[in-house]
Amino acid sequence: MGNLFKISVRNLFRYKRRTFLTTSLIAFGVIFVLGYTSISGSFKNMMIGQVTDSMIGHLQVHRKGYVASIENLPLNMNLNPQAARKVESLLKLQPEVEDYSPRIKFGGMFSTFVETTNIRLNGVYPEKEFKTIPLLSSRITDGRKTLHRGEILIPELLARGMKAKIGDMIVIVATNQDGSVNGKQFEIAGILESATGPGGRDGYIHIEDAMEVLRMEEMEISEVAIRIKDFGQVETFTRKLDGLLSGEVNRQGARSLEVHSWQQLSPFYNIARMIDMMTIFIQLMLIAVVLISIMNVMIMAVYERIREIGTIAAIGTLPMKILSMFLMEGLCLGVIGTVIGNVIGMVIIFILNVSGWVTFDFGRQKGLVLSPTVDPVNMLVVSAIVIFVSVFASLQPALKASRMDPIQALRHV
Amino acid sequence: MKLIQVKNVSKEYRTGEITVKALRGVSFEIERASFVSFVGPSGSGKTTILNLIGCLDKPTEGELKVSGTDVAGLSRKESAAFRGKHIGFIFQDFNLMPVLTVYENIEYPLLMVQSLPSTERKDRVEKLLEEVGMADQKNKYPDQISGGQKQRVAVARALVTNPELVLADEPTANLDSETAYAVINLMKKMKDGFGTTFVFSTHDQKIVGEAEIVYFLADGKLVDEKVKGGKNGQPV
Repeated sequence: MGNLFKISVRNLFRYKRRTFLTTSLIAFGVIFVLGYTSISGSFKNMMIGQVTDSMIGHLQVHRKGYVASIENLPLNMNLNPQAARKVESLLKLQPEVEDYSPRIKFGGMFSTFVETTNIRLNGVYPEKEFKTIPLLSSRITDGRKTLHRGEILIPELLARGMKAKIGDMIVIVATNQDGSVNGKQFEIAGILESATGPGGRDGYIHIEDAMEVLRMEEMEISEVAIRIKDFGQVETFTRKLDGLLSGEVNRQGARSLEVHSWQQLSPFYNIARMIDMMTIFIQLMLIAVVLISIMNVMIMAVYERIREIGTIAAIGTLPMKILSMFLMEGLCLGVIGTVIGNVIGMVIIFILNVSGWVTFDFGRQKGLVLSPTVDPVNMLVVSAIVIFVSVFASLQPALKASRMDPIQALRHV
Repeated sequence: MKLIQVKNVSKEYRTGEITVKALRGVSFEIERASFVSFVGPSGSGKTTILNLIGCLDKPTEGELKVSGTDVAGLSRKESAAFRGKHIGFIFQDFNLMPVLTVYENIEYPLLMVQSLPSTERKDRVEKLLEEVGMADQKNKYPDQISGGQKQRVAVARALVTNPELVLADEPTANLDSETAYAVINLMKKMKDGFGTTFVFSTHDQKIVGEAEIVYFLADGKLVDEKVKGGKNGQPV
């Protein structure tokens, strides 16, 4: 094996320019794929983080049918107190759960005594909400990063439109499930930066204030947002929780609760899937580049060395060894190109990280700075694909060489 | 037992509709440790005979045994293994591997064909380098040595596996007279030193005289045999 390697490397250095061009092409492809996957991956992860950590959490539990009509924020589809308690007690027993936050979601009128508009509100336990949705506090651009009873956090678009400021007193008026209207006065405690996605322009009040506005005697929550310790286990835990709650049935014997992961709740999931699809296509392009370039080089190598192949075959080299010799050349080309590509790719990604050059706007969020990171698994997969394709591309020329008739090969001019 | 036994061997090549008879019922036997030459004009069948003896090709008809083995019945893989074990080759154009040094070219068959341990490889290669007078050139590449030196290396490479038989197709065709004689003398020396049978083809009348037995070929037939020190003109 060592001798095959030595001869293969020397043969590659015999045609320096061709080897340089081929390895450069492979390296360029690897750099491109690494760069693309790290930037798109970072974009995807950042967006998923934005979606889950500033609004919806990793997964949510609702009464069955609530999500289908979530735009209306139907109060008659809230969880009844027993079901809510059951869900909470179940979540407390799950080791995967980091925290959870029950919410009462409703729509109401927002009045500054001068002007009135509509608003979507979340009634929450602030300490639980801030733990479940850790980026929420960073969205408070003005005011205190806390929420007490009698206070409200309002979205910045609303604040700007209604000329409302921190400390202003406003009134929230809402219709409850029975159709009666009630109002309550709040002090504006903070202005919330908008976030792209569902719930990105909602206001927040204390959950007990929400109960008061809606005249609830017992807490009837709209949803439970859940944060788990390992984000990678979202789908597994969603299935687990769904199984645990499958026994909750209504009077008709149908399931009364349902669990939705962030993928089912956020339209960004489709964008994330599209990014993954594009990554696959980029990798396919890399495979094509490697396949064509290596095959071209190896066909040339076999053609130029026909007499040499005839000689080694004549002196008794077995066909399998001749095959191995050419496969080894393909392997070496692939490995050299991959190593160079990975090293340069990592340097470029490091520079991009340090410089903070890669910025983008997402919805109303401007100047988000991407921190591209190399996923070691992805790097290994890309490297393995390139090396495998390099050997595969060498197979046809190598087979041709190993099956060559020594007499014909020795006669070749 | 004779090293090579050829009995009524014919070889035909077919190119499209045309059939070319390269050999027509040739028979001869070659003893071990002999120095034999095939002589004849172009197209007389010299190279075909060497290819058949060297298991690079198969006869269309007849019997062909090398070292007691019916080589006509060997598969492609068996032929390669047989060549690696029993036969060495010297080519007209030397055919050294350009990416390997003189030392590595001689070592190549031991590595790739016989897979010998490194100490034994080193001993054999060093000994042959001394024998062919190339010890001081061992680290040079083929493009750094002369044609005569290349053929010396080729002789060493052919002998390094301790073959019973070395086949050389026009080994001096690309060399000047002086170098050609030097190479032939080297081959004779190796034959005497190692007891190896050398069979070579040539149409250089001057070096034909160096062979112990000369077979004359014309139109695929053996037309004459000359044994050094024996009588002329009796076909086998």
